[in-house]
Amino acid sequence: MADLVRIGSGAGFAGDRTDAAVPVVAALARMEGPRFLMFETLAERTLALCQLARKSDPSKGYSPALEKLLAPVLADCLASGIRIIGNFGAANPQAAAERIAQMARDLGHAPRIGIVTGSEIDDRLSVSELAARETGGTLLKGRSAITSADVYLGAAPIAEALALGADIVVTGRVADPALALGPLLHVFGWAEDDWDRLAAGTLAGHLLECGSQVSGGYFADPGVKDVPGLDDVGFPILEIGRDGGILVTKPEGTGGRIDRFTVIEQMLYEIHDPAAYLTPDVVLDITDTRVEEVGSDRVRVSGARGKPRPDTLKATVCFEAGQLAEAEISYAGPNASARARLAAEVVRTRLARRAPGLKLRVDAIGLTSVFNDTGGATLAPLFETEREDVRLRFSAQSTDKAELEMLLDEVEGLYCAGPAGGAGVRKHMTPRLSSASCLIERGMTSPKATLLGAQP
Amino acid sequence: MNAPLLLHRLAHARAGDKGNRLNLALVCRVPEAYAPLAAQVTPEAVAALFSARHPSKVVRYDLPNLGAFNFVLDDVLEGGVNASLGLDGHGKSLSFRLLELELEPTEDVLRALRVIEDR
Repeated sequence: MADLVRIGSGAGFAGDRTDAAVPVVAALARMEGPRFLMFETLAERTLALCQLARKSDPSKGYSPALEKLLAPVLADCLASGIRIIGNFGAANPQAAAERIAQMARDLGHAPRIGIVTGSEIDDRLSVSELAARETGGTLLKGRSAITSADVYLGAAPIAEALALGADIVVTGRVADPALALGPLLHVFGWAEDDWDRLAAGTLAGHLLECGSQVSGGYFADPGVKDVPGLDDVGFPILEIGRDGGILVTKPEGTGGRIDRFTVIEQMLYEIHDPAAYLTPDVVLDITDTRVEEVGSDRVRVSGARGKPRPDTLKATVCFEAGQLAEAEISYAGPNASARARLAAEVVRTRLARRAPGLKLRVDAIGLTSVFNDTGGATLAPLFETEREDVRLRFSAQSTDKAELEMLLDEVEGLYCAGPAGGAGVRKHMTPRLSSASCLIERGMTSPKATLLGAQP
Repeated sequence: MNAPLLLHRLAHARAGDKGNRLNLALVCRVPEAYAPLAAQVTPEAVAALFSARHPSKVVRYDLPNLGAFNFVLDDVLEGGVNASLGLDGHGKSLSFRLLELELEPTEDVLRALRVIEDR
């Protein structure tokens, strides 16, 4: 009976480096015991985009990153007995499983592929029933249609798929840490009310879910906190013991850095109350955790505590919200700030006449590109600062395309009718999906694990 | 006049988002920084720093054994990543907005700075 499980991260988001998993798999292949590779690829909005893709083509609707993330490591994982867990099933885990089966066949393998379903709830609850369950807002009230509604499932169906013998488990929406807790439940057989162990497994998943964010990625601040080899940052491998002890490591020979600081930054990432991080499996309390450096790029984490899981599950509901229009123009050289300010005023004034209801945002790259607020209070005084290169960015969102076209036209109009020296106009419009959060009773969901090709 | 003493000299930060809610994890570079930062980086100071975004609530959670604080700011992300008109709808860059906070050069702040410089 194994007392240690090793889980590596293959990706922390859909846009992660596609060569990152290669050294992780090479390191895991040299180790013994139960080993897993985890892929987290579903941002909040991704599922809605995948739902739209599925509607236009029933063989699609899984993460578009699936092929490029899996292809570099699939053969080595299958040859070395490293089992893969990924939420790249998105809106269509069945189609993802079929695609992976095809990829494996092309490599001469025939793995068992587990499919976790049951996160979709839009067939069970009407929009008004979802609206009644919305938390932190009233975006769904009075809405007639939504694009997707998915609850965050827990680790149990992942463990179930592994118990069925799956070499690869494909899920749709699950809580990110469940991608690691699932394999731990499967190997260790922790009881479903062994809260401290479930908390430790959830913390392990939380440390893994963002890939290199625990091992030196998204950390470097030159001269303050340097990271060696960031161009080749090593993705994490966690060793988790039956008792819930965690060791954070990475493959030898890779870049990056693992120490107290990198681990603590990731531990608190997207956490609100550190005594009550809500997941479908357990309420995690990290206030008494210990984080100790026990070697070079080796950190031990212990002391996670758990409290009984919540009665409700979080769901993300996405709906179409019109278009986002963005247009940019640059001013450079002497008096650039003043010319940029004048251009912003001209567009504001003309748009107030032509599209009075439209909320316009103006940013000025070179003065403040991201710290600004939509009201513009942060930017206003900065226009007094003399800069030699300012790029204005105008943006607005609306369900009325004609109104947004007016904004784009007004920015382009600055070429001839605006201040002197305006240059480099770019403009585009992109469809917008907005999201709301709901709390759903557990009884409303029925998570399920099956093997691809098995009779239902 | 001396240049302002920024929080960046004493701590690291990372931002995270969920909907319209932002969390900012603030991690002390040395244990000596914890007490002076607990005194100066108050929820009120952070609310004032982000006042242009009109936070409806700012809560600070203290994690003394990690040498860290977690700030949770409600309704500061202009609707969040799926609704913001800004370039950084996640608010990812706002960790470094927090690190722009100006500190009073109190004796314990200066002592923590010396510990960092002597390392």
